[in-house]
Formats: sequence, structure tokens, C-alpha cells
Amino acid sequence: MALSPVDAVVIGAGAGGGVIAKELACAGMRVVLLERGRWVTAWDDRKDDLRNQRTSVLGAPFGPDDERNPRVAVDRRGRELVVLPSDGAYSNNAACVGSGTVSYGAMAWRYMAQDFRMKSIYGCPPGSTLDDWPITYDDLEPFYEKAEWEMGVSGDVAPDPFHAPRRRGLPMPPLPPNREYEILKPAALRKGWHPFDIPMLRNSVPYNGRGPCMRCRWCVGFACEVNAKNGTQNTVIPTALATGLCELRTDAMAREIVLDARGHATAVTYFDADDRLQTQPARLVVVSAGAIETARLLLNSKSRLHPNGLGNRYDWVGRNLQGHAYPRAVGLFDHDTYDDVGPGASIAICDFNHGNPGLRGGAMLANEFIRLPIQFTGMTPPDTPRWGRANKDYMRQFYRRSIAVMGPVQEMPLFEARAELDPRVKDFWGIPVARLSGGRHPHSVEVARAVVEKAVEWLEEAGAIRTWTSVPGLDLSGGQHQAGTCRMGNDPRSSVVDRNCRIHEADNIYLADASVHVTNGGFNPALTILANAYRVAAAIVKERRA
Amino acid sequence: MRKPSRRSFLAGAVLGTAGCRQDAGARLALTGGEARALDAICDQLIPADQDPGAAATGAVVFIDRQLAGPYARYRRAYREGLAQAGALSRKMFGKPLDQLAGDQRLALVTRLEKDARPFFEMVLAHTMQGFYGSPRHGGNRDYASWRMLRVSASPVRGRIQYDLRQGKGT
Repeated sequence: MALSPVDAVVIGAGAGGGVIAKELACAGMRVVLLERGRWVTAWDDRKDDLRNQRTSVLGAPFGPDDERNPRVAVDRRGRELVVLPSDGAYSNNAACVGSGTVSYGAMAWRYMAQDFRMKSIYGCPPGSTLDDWPITYDDLEPFYEKAEWEMGVSGDVAPDPFHAPRRRGLPMPPLPPNREYEILKPAALRKGWHPFDIPMLRNSVPYNGRGPCMRCRWCVGFACEVNAKNGTQNTVIPTALATGLCELRTDAMAREIVLDARGHATAVTYFDADDRLQTQPARLVVVSAGAIETARLLLNSKSRLHPNGLGNRYDWVGRNLQGHAYPRAVGLFDHDTYDDVGPGASIAICDFNHGNPGLRGGAMLANEFIRLPIQFTGMTPPDTPRWGRANKDYMRQFYRRSIAVMGPVQEMPLFEARAELDPRVKDFWGIPVARLSGGRHPHSVEVARAVVEKAVEWLEEAGAIRTWTSVPGLDLSGGQHQAGTCRMGNDPRSSVVDRNCRIHEADNIYLADASVHVTNGGFNPALTILANAYRVAAAIVKERRA
Repeated sequence: MRKPSRRSFLAGAVLGTAGCRQDAGARLALTGGEARALDAICDQLIPADQDPGAAATGAVVFIDRQLAGPYARYRRAYREGLAQAGALSRKMFGKPLDQLAGDQRLALVTRLEKDARPFFEMVLAHTMQGFYGSPRHGGNRDYASWRMLRVSASPVRGRIQYDLRQGKGT
């Protein structure tokens, strides 16, 4: 039986979907927000260092659950493996109200102006589908500002000479420095670089009626116990619900977008909390399920006009799956660097995001979040045994005497890196699951190798007595920074959505998540997803009023 | 069903108490023999020195508990791997793993790393999790590893000495 019609169904209550729901509801539209996960709080899996979004060996508490949500991962040798959300190869993005914005480290980066024009600036490397965005930084700038002020960002980007022009500063000052900051800042200055305080969707002072960060070590990967991290679950989604026009349905697993004979979306079918199939009619559909699940839903929505999946006439849905190549340098010191003052990550440089000789793009470099003991076990120097007496000795000696610097290297998209439907494996509800395959472009690895050398220089200047690096290889990227699977573009033959993120050839279906990113910047993508969702919502509201 | 007599009820209560002792023979997923063999391996992966090692702080309790839960999918790998390790032990030294002397255990685990790589990697990863992870899962008893690393176990660091109105530490 069909439910009563609404103006818009938004699928996925993460970064993009939360913003869209709020903006549409505040504009007077009746909205149903579908979320396959649930509300989670800091108390559900409190400080569980083996069961969180970063270390999920004992489970993925921010969803989805291992029991009902398999995927298939194909490695570069062609071996297929059925993987679960708690496995690394799953590329999990949390499924809960707020999604990744509940448990993230909350870095709040604007991409740089160059990040929207990668092909024009650098040219496309062989084998890549590198392209420009159909919008520029200037198109997004007002919406970056809106995200920063509505949701709340602290930090100080003024000392960074590389950021694109901005009309307004950040609403909150940075947190007071931790010890790593005190060590790294003078070192960067001595190198002639431009260190500054990382912008974060984190209260440093009371903001939006919630208190500031309490500086605990249980930050990235965990929900915040004092609600000082700003995600959609404690900002825009409550605002949307308070309008009385937005209904949030949790435990709601979308199956398909239903189209009429003219290719116009009429409804979304989903399985409700009791696993009953429901049909929610709507005038408009916005998909914000994350790069992999958004592609999966489109591919599962087959109709007469879209026999290969919604928006997939030219086979671009699910293509160009990318995340970031994250190289890391670790430095060991002859004095304590650990002060137990969270979140840990505090200082960054953007000196190597662009302008690296002979290379395309680069990465912001920042010190790492606090490493819990279990995470430090994965950080032994290459010549230190991985077990036994010497390993234990290393742990004891250096846990408090190490600094890690890493950066999200912007990747060169690959057409073969993709999420498609697996022909055999289905989830609990009988829906074909995502099948991930392909790899990373060699140039992305080359850039990572170059950028990590800067991280080494930084640590050495800071007094590290020894350093080493780890650089990712050619395996498929994705993870929480997953992006690119339904890219935005002006040409319907080489993109999935137009500049307003509406699917080409489907006049009332929009996408609002990182799937539309043409490239993914040398930064954590959350603020860009939020800003772009504000922009898409503005386009929807404007069109509706016209 | 027959109503339990007072005597059998008491016997059950005593057994129940014994079950609470973390190192008692009965396990959730492993047999007593498997648990002893695994204990000998964990003891080499993170040995005791001036600080306690994995074995004495409940690594096997951790692994056994997970095998009865989220690690149920590794049960077969443990069963087969421990059987293989036991056979290797008897072949190399003529006795079961848990009866080997320290240097013999070390030789055996070194051999496992070479000849039974997937099993070794699995046990190493799980032992690390047990020893360096939260004690709530059965390992790292009394926060032994965190004390060794000089990390306070206090779960509410920052709460008391933090002035929420100022936004900075006091």
C-alpha cells in the first residue's frame, strides 16, 4: 500500500542528505528522510577501541551490520571475496543518522580553487579520466561559508597563504595547542612553510547551544560524549525535524527509485524497520547514500528508459571510484611528544597541495589524531620485529615519543575503478550488492611518494631521531572518503549529473553526496559534501519557486 | 523436567563460580588443549619481561571470547592451525606445545611464522588486539599494557579538569 505523497524523499541521512532535508523542510517542503541505520550515541559502544569506525575488528557499530550487508570485493588479481562492513576491503561509510559525521575527526576543509580545475591545470595523465568540475570554487564559496557558520567550524586558516579567497573567517577560534603542535609549528616555520590551525567541525567554545571539545583521546572513530563534534545528526537534522515538515524514518533500506513511462521519478520503494516493502510517492527524489551505495541504488533502479540503471545510459554510474592515497611518515623522538590532549590532529600545511614539480596535485599535510595503543601496534619501523621481546620494547619506549604526519593525496580517477552490481550476491532484503573492483592510478602513488618526503623533512626538522614512511600501493581506494561514482558534468555522455547535480535525462532526481565529485581534492571531503548539498538544495528550492 | 535437588543446584553454583575464573579449563570456543597451546604461542608473541605479557593478561580469554562471537568465522582456522602447531611441536621436540621450554617455544613460533603464515598472522593480530585493546574484551587484564605505555586508563580524561565555559583546560 502506498504511503501518502510528499514533496521530496531524501535517501541517506549523512552529510549531504541531512543538509538537503533541512534546507527543503525550511523552505516549506514536506520531506521524508530515509536512513538505513539508526540513531547512535556515544554511549552505545563507549570508548571501544576494537569496535568503532576506525578500528572495526570486532564490528562496525555505526552501521551497517555485518549480518545483512555483504559486498563483493575483487582484488587486482581478480580474486573475488565476499566482505563485511567490519572488513577493510568493504570501504565502509557509516550507516546511521549523521553517517560519517558522527564519528569523523571533523576536519573541515574547503577545497582549493585549483582542485576544481585539475585537467585544465595539469592535463590528464595516461589512463585516467581526470577532468574539471563544471562548477568553480567561486560557485561553492557562499555555501562553504554557510556550512561553516550553520554547523560550526573552529580553527584559524589566516596564516595559510594558499587557500582560495573567502569572504568571512571561521566562527570559532582554534583549540589551544597540544604538544605536537608546539613541536611541529616552529619546525615548519624554519623550513619556510606556512603552518596553521586545522579547521574542524568541532566546538572550541560553546556554539549552537552545545559545549566545546573536552580534549579527550577518543575522537576520530567515535561519537563525541559531550556532543562537541558537529555532524548533521546534531545540527541540520534536528532543525529539519523541528520544522514539523520532515519525517525521519530509520531502519529504512531503499530498494529502488520508481519511474513513470516518461522517466519521471514517482516514488521510492524501501524496506521498513519490520522489513516490509513500502512505497513512498514523492515529487522529487534526492539520493545521498554515499558514493558506493548511491551508485548501487541507481544501478538497481532499472526501467524502460533506463534499462542499465538510472542515469547509466553511457555507463558512467559507479565509475571513477576514488578516495585518497594516504601516505604517512612517522618520526620517533628522544623526548615525550604525547600529552594525552585530544583530538591530537592540530596543525597543517598546504604548501604541497599544488605546484609540486612534475606532479599533478598533492595533499594537505597534518599531524595525525591521537593513536590509541592498538593503532600504534601497526606503526613499527621496517626493521623492528613485529612480535616478541623487541617489539614489546619498542612499544614501551616509543608510544609516547612518536609523531605521525600524513596527507590525503588527491587521486587521478580511473574508469575501471568502480562499484557495480554483483551478479550473484544479494543482501538480506534480496537486493543485489555492490561489487568493488579496479585499482589506483600509478600517478597517485607517485604523488604520494613525493609528498611523504615533505612529511619526513618536517619531522626531521622537528628533531625526530629516526623516521620512516608508508605509502599506499595500487589497490582500489575508497573508504570513508569514497567519491566520484556519479560525476558532475556538462556533457551527458561523460557524466551522470549536471552542474546542479540533477541526473541527466531525469528531471526530478538529484544527488547530494561525494558521488558527484569529479575529483576529490587533497583534503578530507566532508565540508565540500556539506557545502555542495547546500548549493544543490538552493537550486532545488529556486526551481520549485520558479 | 525433573526439579533440581538442592545438592545438584549447589554443584551447579560451584561450577558457575569456577567458570568465572578467567583461566579455568572450560572455554567458550576452544578446547582445554587448544587453549593451552594457544597460550604458549601468545606467550612468545608478547612475552613477559619487566611488564606482564599477553598470556598472563588474558590473551587467550580474549581470543576465545571473540571466537564465540564476532570471530566465529575464524574458528576453523584456529582449530586447524593449532592442530598443525601441535603436530609440529611433537615432531620438533617430542611433546605438546604447552610443555616446551621457553627457547623451544620461541623456535616453534619462529617456525610457524615461516611455515604457517596465514595462521601466524591471524594469531598475532588477535593477540595484539587482546593485549593492547580495552580490557572489556577479556585481554589486557588490569590495563597492563596501557600502564606499560604510560597511558592513563581513566575513561573520562579531561572531564574534571576542564572548564566548559572557557573552552580550555584549567
